[in-house]
Amino acid sequence: MTFPVDLKYTKDHEWLRVENNIGIIGITDYAQSELGDIVFVDINKNLSDIKKGETFGTIEAVKTVSDLFSPVSGKIIEINSDLESNAEVINKDPYGNGWIIKIEILDVSEINELLDAEAYKALIGQ
Amino acid sequence: MPVYYSSIIDEHLTVRNSVGVFDVSHMGEIFITGKNALDFIQMITTNDASKLTVGKVQYSAMCYEDGGIVDDLLVYRLDNGFMLVVNASNKDKDYEWMLKNKIDDVNIEDKSDDYSLLAVQGPRSADVLNNIVDFNLSELKYYTYKMGKIVGIDAIISRTGYTGELGYEIYFLGDESIAQKVWDAIFENGIDYNIKPIGLGARDSLRLEMGYCLYGNDIDQSTNPLEAGLGWITKLQKENFIGKDSISKIKEKGLSRKLLGFELLDKGIPRHGYEIYVDDRKIGYVTSGMQSPSLNKAIGLGYFEYDSVNKNSIFEIDVRGKRLKARLTDVPFVKK
Repeated sequence: MTFPVDLKYTKDHEWLRVENNIGIIGITDYAQSELGDIVFVDINKNLSDIKKGETFGTIEAVKTVSDLFSPVSGKIIEINSDLESNAEVINKDPYGNGWIIKIEILDVSEINELLDAEAYKALIGQ
Repeated sequence: MPVYYSSIIDEHLTVRNSVGVFDVSHMGEIFITGKNALDFIQMITTNDASKLTVGKVQYSAMCYEDGGIVDDLLVYRLDNGFMLVVNASNKDKDYEWMLKNKIDDVNIEDKSDDYSLLAVQGPRSADVLNNIVDFNLSELKYYTYKMGKIVGIDAIISRTGYTGELGYEIYFLGDESIAQKVWDAIFENGIDYNIKPIGLGARDSLRLEMGYCLYGNDIDQSTNPLEAGLGWITKLQKENFIGKDSISKIKEKGLSRKLLGFELLDKGIPRHGYEIYVDDRKIGYVTSGMQSPSLNKAIGLGYFEYDSVNKNSIFEIDVRGKRLKARLTDVPFVKK
């Protein structure tokens, strides 16, 4: 299981990659392995502005369903449309092609409140 | 038994296309012997065990007086009595229920801790086992068993399973080293077929594609066998059994609801407990649901108010606050 050091993490098992003021959001390697085979991702398309900690969708695995929470506040600018037909890419490549949404970050100071890779690994006991 | 070893979908398709092994040793094996064993079985189960000859197996259920289901089970006719194979989560409750209803000249022995149970399931299961079992498995018809040997170890080998595929369930005594020996021999002989261990997740998805009931999901103390579609194992013409009077009355009065299969037309996954609506009227709830790995669509079972829907109806499932369209579909979902 890998946890890239250039990402930030939440206790709800999302990751955030920051590029300028754009945040890319997905779920961690640990989360995908706990969920098992992911079959469907449902993003709330009515949402545009989202607050830190708010639910922006759900992720359905064969056995269970889980909410997706935004690590930071901002405006959703892109949804990974590949997931519509190929949600299992999250299992195969959670930090790459398995990204879920991109948001324009409203308040960069919120990034500092997130966990780094070491703290996240400690949280999940790795 | 873990939820999965590699992946639920991969394990599911392994059983559908080749062969997989379930370690279901947690299931309960309760032995009924004594002069009145048959009378006792007839009293506590809904199916007609007098039809069983030695070597045959029967799917059955135990009910409470009010017709609610205690458990569903397999009844094996042995030469000296019966073996009842019950759900792991119910075995203590079942054993207590049997003791409570015991009659004279009947012995009830819970041997769950003594028996290992491996289920070898899939179209290649006979190919794997024929090398290590001391008789030809093609002799074994569906829902029959033979006392035989597997790698020299005495075993009850039955052509039964919970997957809808050709498959065998192998019961044997002995400590962990014996179980390991049997497990290893099965896997050595299964290499050519890419044999895999299968977890609880695929056990659930395989049975749901066949429309088999799971106790705790689709049937329980609050459901009766008729509404669960288990009328075929409920022999109301049998002289007597616990629950018969209540179930007969339910039949006379007509069912208030029925367990039916459905598929989602919108994208999403139905899960246990989700509510079913026609317009704003709640007409039922989902008991089991998932994305079918074989069909690649969302399927489920649920209780529907009697006559609230027909095969042309479009109804809605409340999936976490979203109403998704669905319609009835034939069960089994996967045709074999």
